[in-house]
Amino acid sequence: MKISWSGKSKTRGFRLPGFGISMGITWLYISIILLLPSAGLFLKASEVSFDEFWKAVFSLRALKSYQISFSLSLLSALVNTIMGFIVAWVLVRYRVPFSGLFDALIDLPFALPTAVAGVSLTWLYGPNGWIGRHLESIGIKVVHTPLGIIIALIFVSFPFAVRTVIPVLKEMDLEVEECARCLGARRWQIFLKIIFPTVFPALLTGFTLSFARALGEYGSVIFISGNQPFKTEIAPLLVAIKLEEYEYTACASIAVFLMTVSLLILIFLNILESFSKGER
Amino acid sequence: MRIVAQLSNSRKKKFLILAFRFILSLLACSFLVIFIFTPLLAVFSNAFQKGVSFYLEMLKREETISALTLTLGILIIVLPLNVIFGVACAWYVTKYQFRGKRFLVALLDLPFTLSPVVAGTMLVLLYSVNGVLGWVVESLGMKIIFAFPGLVIATLFVTFPFIARELIPVMEEQGSEMEEAGRMLGASGRHIFFRITLPNIKWGLFYGVVLCVARCVGEFGAVSVVSGHIRGKTITLPLEIEILYNEYNLVGAFCLATVLCGTGLLSLILRKWIESSEKVSKRRYFFGD
Repeated sequence: MKISWSGKSKTRGFRLPGFGISMGITWLYISIILLLPSAGLFLKASEVSFDEFWKAVFSLRALKSYQISFSLSLLSALVNTIMGFIVAWVLVRYRVPFSGLFDALIDLPFALPTAVAGVSLTWLYGPNGWIGRHLESIGIKVVHTPLGIIIALIFVSFPFAVRTVIPVLKEMDLEVEECARCLGARRWQIFLKIIFPTVFPALLTGFTLSFARALGEYGSVIFISGNQPFKTEIAPLLVAIKLEEYEYTACASIAVFLMTVSLLILIFLNILESFSKGER
Repeated sequence: MRIVAQLSNSRKKKFLILAFRFILSLLACSFLVIFIFTPLLAVFSNAFQKGVSFYLEMLKREETISALTLTLGILIIVLPLNVIFGVACAWYVTKYQFRGKRFLVALLDLPFTLSPVVAGTMLVLLYSVNGVLGWVVESLGMKIIFAFPGLVIATLFVTFPFIARELIPVMEEQGSEMEEAGRMLGASGRHIFFRITLPNIKWGLFYGVVLCVARCVGEFGAVSVVSGHIRGKTITLPLEIEILYNEYNLVGAFCLATVLCGTGLLSLILRKWIESSEKVSKRRYFFGD
């Protein structure tokens, strides 16, 4: 987003009408919808004593679920960043038949509701599915294993990795590369010294976005994962389970922990954005 | 001899580059098809596995109808609220300079990075009987969690930034010179908005609405936490799909999934159409100038 941040007003003493009402609606809405529930969560968690909080957030089951969530999200974000770069590169630089169709395909995970994606992937990689049938015969099991979770996470978070890279690749000056080529640079040198540094901030942003999305994903994963504690139980699922068992203190503690993580990611994304803006 | 060797060498190099390109393209396209496209294909091919009559029967079931009406009911309340907020927020962020703008825009991103389950949990901890605001809700004689209002609030939480985020870049790019000129010429605020701003942002607004509808209809995580799964009362379409799946009625689940997929696909097609039509209108404007 291109937004002018400077606090000083451009035209002093002149303001378009509607300042009061738009400000009122915006902050009222955000307060009721976003800030009130967040404050409620932290309030609820603050009722818990520190020992209890610690016990709930770092219980063995919770720790295992974080480990599963974080490691699998990292892995899927990594796969997405690499494949996302390749897909973006091919779509921007090469002439591929049906490139418009492939371009539209990228956004498909945004359009497919997560529950639908979960059911569909579970069937697809199950013993009767088109892909699972063949994998089963080689002895690879996908459904109800961490591998299945990774596949679901790759599906839901893929567009973030591609959509951040494509504009940067499109904006890149071909002349710089041609110049380097004329000056005798090898292809791998051009890639390492020109292309990679240019797209690196976008890759990092895409990686973070897709990691954040994967970390919070629930709908598609619960179908394919099988939800066995200590094996394929992800952190958001643990929150939902604790809530269903009316263990409100444990639930609030874990939710606060996850919220803090997503706030940290948000701050990191903002720093990243201002950093890449400053560089330009 | 040396020239021939060089020639064959460069030919070899050219061939290698072409092969590299071909392999890379193949890799990218097959990744897209296998990981992204097949799930969609699976939905449609499975839905009609037991024939069209079974498909229609599934759609005509009482549970399906009630889930569909519930989902539409949520949409009818959520969408206008989000449109009002989206326009107000985009106007506020792009037309004025104020402190805390950065904070506000960052807040708009929070629902994207936060897990929907955590969002739903926050609402349960706030509004349920032993929640922080439970006594207020009880004294008003209302029921929010495990009831319709809870579903609406959960959906609002997840979808509120969509329209604002779509409008802010559009309005930022347009600038406010036209509005300021209108103001100088004596137009009222309402006049400025409906005659100048709205025609300029209509496609952005429309696409924001499309995105919001798609997400609203398909939301699962947040809604599933606050719904309590009461049959015929708090089961939305995605939750009904989960129930059918758990009852081993896989084909039935896929039948309902086609409805949601239809909405999603429509949003994709509309996006492509808007993108291309915007290009056309821009070019026309440029030449007509």
